[in-house]
Amino acid sequence: MLTIAKSAQDAVAEIHDGATVLIGGFGNAGQPMELIDALLACGAKDLTVVNNNAGQADAGLALLIKERKVKKIICSFPRQSDSWHFDAAYRAGEIELELVPQGNLAERIRAAGAGIGGFFTPTGYGTMLAEGKETRVIDGKGYVLESPIYADFALIKALKSDKTGNLVYRKTARNFGPIMAAAAKHTIVQVNEIVETGELDPEVIVTPGIYVDTVVKIDGKAPAVTEHEVNQ
Amino acid sequence: MSEKLTKDELARLVAKDIAPGSFVNLGIGQPTLVSNYLTAEQDVTLHTENGMLGMGPQAQGDEIDEDLINAGKIPVTELPGASYFHHADSFAMMRGGHLDVCVLGAFQVSATGDLANWHTGAPDAIPAVGGAMDLATGAKDVYVMMSLFTKDGKSKLVPECTYPLTGVNCVTRVYTNEAVFLISEDGVRVRETFGTTIEELQSKMDVKLLPAE
Repeated sequence: MLTIAKSAQDAVAEIHDGATVLIGGFGNAGQPMELIDALLACGAKDLTVVNNNAGQADAGLALLIKERKVKKIICSFPRQSDSWHFDAAYRAGEIELELVPQGNLAERIRAAGAGIGGFFTPTGYGTMLAEGKETRVIDGKGYVLESPIYADFALIKALKSDKTGNLVYRKTARNFGPIMAAAAKHTIVQVNEIVETGELDPEVIVTPGIYVDTVVKIDGKAPAVTEHEVNQ
Repeated sequence: MSEKLTKDELARLVAKDIAPGSFVNLGIGQPTLVSNYLTAEQDVTLHTENGMLGMGPQAQGDEIDEDLINAGKIPVTELPGASYFHHADSFAMMRGGHLDVCVLGAFQVSATGDLANWHTGAPDAIPAVGGAMDLATGAKDVYVMMSLFTKDGKSKLVPECTYPLTGVNCVTRVYTNEAVFLISEDGVRVRETFGTTIEELQSKMDVKLLPAE
């Protein structure tokens, strides 16, 4: 049963200390800024966060790290020109980093949502990121055993939801949203618009509502909509 | 050719070598230049690993849309026929061997096609891998674009990489400002040279060089 939250604060209220939280977004595209701000305000700490990056500049995930709410981050690309809050926390030994190749990160999240106990991937074979992991040669090619990333919560951003929780996204802001929605026990989505059930064409729904627990509408500037866009 | 190639000339050469109709991923940095030299007749479809096929040129002015970026987080445009997909699909597409060519930069490439391009191994460096390891293992052909020698004259095409590896036995061609190298089970073959000769290169490199066929 979908909960439609009145505010971002209400949407994230159940996130507790020590939770594992998947946070969508690739750079700022698809990053659920208002949900992250609400998570910071709610005060939950000792979080394990899974995101492609480790925050940019002085917004969103970067602020969670700045305020030392994140005990561990699982990501593929923490170091950027504007990742100064992560850099400072890391150099001070105040955040644990699990570095995962981007495709393995995505597949580990997907595996969790799909009930896969582990998988052999060629990515990383023979590199230092495979050290200590089980490997296998299959048909002459080397593979590394990777495990699913389960989570307590997912915070993601979509363009629209209906009142059943069916989601559509926008352009490259889709990125990790669909797989994170499936991998978490409790998925919280911020959207630009909530429409009546039946208004979204079932053929264009990207994330079926079965994966979504809570949605909240965030008033923001409307994205520029192009004529290519499927916009039912 | 009588002169060493500039980065743009090298990008033009790589673009010319990409077969018509290919699906291609261009890595961040120097490989991005290749897109400037792909022609409409080539009908190449560009993949960006953050979830798009049919990526167009960098967005300008009013075209800039924060929801439409490439893997380098640069605003880009979409071309007719473009499609969007989530990250797991994007990397499955790559890992599953559906991309024809990936063009990457490198710190070092070994004579057997090992690639090192993600980490210098410096003890104080914060490591970041992104999609580098996935790109190295995913495409049917992995081309590297780099200068052949470091600033202090050391060859970056080496018998064995000394930097941490990105992928094993994955690079098939190395495009440099001084020569194009083909890597196969036979060894490292020099396809062509620019402003130098195979003998001169051999005198500065530890990798055994085979002449063009």
